[in-house]
Amino acid sequence: MATAALTVDAPGFGSRVWSWITTTDHKRIGILYGVTAFVFFLLGGLEALVIRAQLAQSSADLVSADFYNQLFTMHGTTMVFLAIMPLSAAFFNYIVPLQIGARDVAFPRLNAFSYWVFLLGGLLMNASFFFGAAPNGGWFGYANLTSTQYSPGLNIDFWVLGLQILGVASIAAGINFLVTIINLRAPGMRMMRLPVFTWMTLVTQFIVVTAFPVITVALVFLMFDRTFGTTFYSVAAGGDVLLWQHLFWLFGHPEVYILILPAMGMVSEVIPTFSRKPLFGYAVIVYSGLLIAILGWGVWAHHMFAVGMGPVADAVFSSTTMLIAIPTGVKIFNWLATMWGGKLSLKTPMLFSLGFIAMFVVGGLSGVMHSSAAADLQQTDSYFVVAHIHYVLYGGAIQGIFSGIYYWWPKMTGWMLNERLGKTHFWLSFIGLNLAFFPMHFIGLLGMPRRIYTYDAVLGVDAMNFMSTVGAFIIGLSTIVFVVNVWYSRRERIEAGMDPWGAATLEWSIPSPPPNYNFTAIPEVVSRLPQWSDTEMKAIPTEPEGEIHMPGGSYWPAVSAVGILVLAVGALLESLAFALGGAVVLVVGIYAWAFEPFEM
Amino acid sequence: MSEAAVAHHTSTGLDSRKMAFWTFIGSECLLFGSLISTYLVYQGRSVSGPTTDILNIPLTSISTFVLLMSSLAMVLALAAVTRGDALWSRVWLATTALLGSGFLGFQAYEFTHFVHEGLTLQTSLFGSTFFVLTGFHGGHVFVGVLWLLTLLVRSFQRKLGPDKSLQVELAGLYWHFVDVVWIVIFTVVYLLRQ
Ligand SMILES: [Cu+2]
Repeated sequence: MATAALTVDAPGFGSRVWSWITTTDHKRIGILYGVTAFVFFLLGGLEALVIRAQLAQSSADLVSADFYNQLFTMHGTTMVFLAIMPLSAAFFNYIVPLQIGARDVAFPRLNAFSYWVFLLGGLLMNASFFFGAAPNGGWFGYANLTSTQYSPGLNIDFWVLGLQILGVASIAAGINFLVTIINLRAPGMRMMRLPVFTWMTLVTQFIVVTAFPVITVALVFLMFDRTFGTTFYSVAAGGDVLLWQHLFWLFGHPEVYILILPAMGMVSEVIPTFSRKPLFGYAVIVYSGLLIAILGWGVWAHHMFAVGMGPVADAVFSSTTMLIAIPTGVKIFNWLATMWGGKLSLKTPMLFSLGFIAMFVVGGLSGVMHSSAAADLQQTDSYFVVAHIHYVLYGGAIQGIFSGIYYWWPKMTGWMLNERLGKTHFWLSFIGLNLAFFPMHFIGLLGMPRRIYTYDAVLGVDAMNFMSTVGAFIIGLSTIVFVVNVWYSRRERIEAGMDPWGAATLEWSIPSPPPNYNFTAIPEVVSRLPQWSDTEMKAIPTEPEGEIHMPGGSYWPAVSAVGILVLAVGALLESLAFALGGAVVLVVGIYAWAFEPFEM
Repeated sequence: MSEAAVAHHTSTGLDSRKMAFWTFIGSECLLFGSLISTYLVYQGRSVSGPTTDILNIPLTSISTFVLLMSSLAMVLALAAVTRGDALWSRVWLATTALLGSGFLGFQAYEFTHFVHEGLTLQTSLFGSTFFVLTGFHGGHVFVGVLWLLTLLVRSFQRKLGPDKSLQVELAGLYWHFVDVVWIVIFTVVYLLRQ
């Protein structure tokens, strides 16, 4: 069933679409996540290009100030919640069950539900453009700019409801993957034998499950303030607008690790493979990942030095922030030590991983600069911060994800990507990103604030801004090269075989793409690097012994997700009929889901 | 559904659904933690409207007792289902749902009374934080009651034998969690009022 839609002479279009809507196969859901997130990535990139076109010269008027606000808000929100997170989720879905030797995730239908909720939430948020009311309060939506007094339109409502919906998807997926990784490991796959990507997925999901409830509450307060006239962020009623900042960043800083840890996991798979050496200090990498997750809860107020929390709070949050750089730095040294003395093979996945390390170090260094409260006051709200976040999230997360895409593409499709196009993609992207983001450090230090739709020539940053814009368009070009590579790979069809890179982990011991049941027989794992061990794992038979029952599809997860969407539209339009209708669909969906026969 | 078979295949030996539920409860702790923290931060900062003096501690003590007793009934319901006692399963499931509804009744009375006294969602920080915190908890109780009623119907359909006791166990986990959250809210909002 899983491969049916991929073959050329598959059944009719309608039934193929239906099979994707009802699928509960983790691999197909992974593909859905990947394709959807990549489309959102292109959309967010397009927004970035319009922003950069507007900023290419001083006093430009390509877009209005108000539309500019919508652009940077949607660019940030899209890249964080609709691109990087779900691109990582594509790999959690596709790769993690393969790496632990499982046939699927613990709750296949919940997994489908997460995807549909994510998709509809993303569509709802972006539908706002058609009403000329895209969110415009910035991706961290500070109170009380988001109050009805200062934001009377539907813009902020789209944002609040969109994020609430995406939160549901994330928490559901988080629980699912925590249980999958802890509970569905193949015999012999002890926790300390898990591939590092799976470990980082586990840590990420722990953060998701704990951090998202906090922003849920912050958003509920905002929603109630806007809809029912509560006073949570109302200064007149004695409320404190800093409540939003504390709740948001209590979520927001762990969110940074939700974005970067999966990429770190991917890099930790790629570097050993292309160095022909086991990862240096496996346990240390795992423990520093855990430490980052824990320390990540104690640093949030470093986003708030400028609000005047007082010397004690400033000092505490400065120190914890500097402290968290240590486990991060440890990982960098581990990757370097892995390569030391290895037989390096500079294939595209490896290039992106090397790019990740180099650029993440740059972003990390400017991050440590912000951690000093005194220095931060000079940098906050300036382009210096924009430079930092893009080195971490494009230079770090996106390059890491592209490393993962090039690495696992052969496994997921069965075909190789073209190396020359891949290298072109990498170098264009690498040059583009440095050209786009490095000047922003200086632009910021020279005093250009972020989130302002234009600037004066007197500031003397015209040339650097133009450079940055050129860089952004080079990044855009590099992405087109990637799309061409995908098309080319589908045309050339160079077969990948089981293990084109000679990699060590379990997913490379089965055909590419894997059959819908993944493993003909559940493997017995005897070492951390089963494909590289002398103590050979018992070979996985090419044909299954008997028929393997995989769960059939279900449309109730998608129906339930639609119920949530309609409920949200009801809230948006303040229409009780819509809200009740959505609630009914949701309840029916959940009951039908709970009681339908479904083989596990 | 081959529940037993699934349980045996997990790496930890713990049923996946139970583990998922514990994880969900962990997540819920942060939800209520954020709500309760906000209540505490805003305590005593209202600039207008009724103060915490309008909280009726004796009455709420009774409703708290009702909710606590429902947890006891829940334990007995699970025991009855596990030993395959259909009659007492139904009695105790119905009792738990009834006591939960009783708690909701007290809350409905309390809310309307407060509104008459001039405390609404919009009145003040106290009104906003109080109604949203206790309302969220009430919403959780409501979902729990629906869940219990569903189990009750399943029992009448003879589809809640001892092999399905996990379903009751999960509902029980949820119910006890909601109960524990109320004990924290009762302590923080009512007993330690300022
Ligand atoms: Cu931070």
